[in-house]
Amino acid sequence: MSAVAIIDSGGANIASLRAALARLGADSVVTTDHDLIRRAPRVLLPGVGSAHNAMLRLRGAGLDQLIPTLKQPLLGICLGMQLLFDRSDEGPVNCLGVIPGSIGKLQSEPGKPVPHMGWNQMTQVREDPLLDGIGSLDHVYFVHSFFAPTSSATVAITDYGVALTAVARRDNFCGTQFHPERSGVVGARLIANFLKQGS
Amino acid sequence: MGDILALAERYRNEGADEVVFYDITASPEGRSVDRAWVRRVAQVLDIPFCVAGGIRSVEDAEAILNEGAEKVSINTPAISNPGLIDELASRFGSQCVVIGIDSANVGQGADNSYRVFQFTGDPNRSRNSGRDTLQWVKEVQERGAGEIVLNCMTSDGVRRGYDVAQLTAVRAICDVPLVASGGAGSPDHFVDVFNKAGVDAALAASVFHSGSIAIPDLKTTLAAAGIEVRL
Repeated sequence: MSAVAIIDSGGANIASLRAALARLGADSVVTTDHDLIRRAPRVLLPGVGSAHNAMLRLRGAGLDQLIPTLKQPLLGICLGMQLLFDRSDEGPVNCLGVIPGSIGKLQSEPGKPVPHMGWNQMTQVREDPLLDGIGSLDHVYFVHSFFAPTSSATVAITDYGVALTAVARRDNFCGTQFHPERSGVVGARLIANFLKQGS
Repeated sequence: MGDILALAERYRNEGADEVVFYDITASPEGRSVDRAWVRRVAQVLDIPFCVAGGIRSVEDAEAILNEGAEKVSINTPAISNPGLIDELASRFGSQCVVIGIDSANVGQGADNSYRVFQFTGDPNRSRNSGRDTLQWVKEVQERGAGEIVLNCMTSDGVRRGYDVAQLTAVRAICDVPLVASGGAGSPDHFVDVFNKAGVDAALAASVFHSGSIAIPDLKTTLAAAGIEVRL
């Protein structure tokens, strides 16, 4: 069985995610098959595009029902992290509801253009195995226009005019707003940490 | 191909924050960028990369994004068919859609008049599109561009510094990330363009290819000047 099931959410970053996993020696399968996803040791929920379209796609495959019942480690990336929350203003649309809270739109201001694209530091606010060996001020690569405000689920924050959730976790569901697959050695370490979970 | 991969890895190892691949002769030659290498690049690069060259349709862009590129950059095809920007932004999200603009000051004396040029990959076909650069910058944002790379043609290739005046004028009306291009010759030019024009990123090619500026040294210089960089 593949080390990771990547939920086929139709996003365009799936190829780079698979390449990042392959660089770490982990094979992956891209699927919407409920049985494959349920039995996978770990699950990745990627996502690029709009929350509304992504939820339509997940619902079309019945995955909005399946995902909240999963017990193994699940990592949502970028939009995939946002989909774990209750709802998103990008639509607006109801999301998966496994992490409490609502996704809002970033407001551009001088020096903080939107979309937010680029390398920013994150600050860890509580311990999490996902961030083992990652320095509190390490840079990671963001590409997004919507964000999760800080909450009890926040593991790391990034300041971009507002304090946004860079890493979130509730139980087995975790997520990164940034793209670990495009965040150099720091991102590779985070993915390696994720691969240690559930094994 | 081997050269592309070796260069990509070299820049990644030297600390480049993003790599842009330009197939600049694609539009003048009426073809799309060769995609075979995009997947190979995605396999070795763990930093973001953008692909530019003759992307004329949603299908062209989708193929490149599906191979693992973060972004596609559109230049000449957006001028010929501005609606393509709307289509790409609605299909993939603004964050994937970079608009490249080749712009030159055609004004006389102190009278600045910036115009957009197209087919710039071929000196024989390069021509003034007649579009006003500042108007075009506004329009592409309204249509959904997520990033603008402004290549200032009068500065390009001469290594005398970025066109800070033009970039400052564009920055004033640009709410999405703005990338400076054209003119880098020394580390001080990078410091200038960040501090004076307020750009979000600076792009350079020849000074990096030739090794006349080493990326680690450049980043040290930027950090010393108080500019936030990933070291």
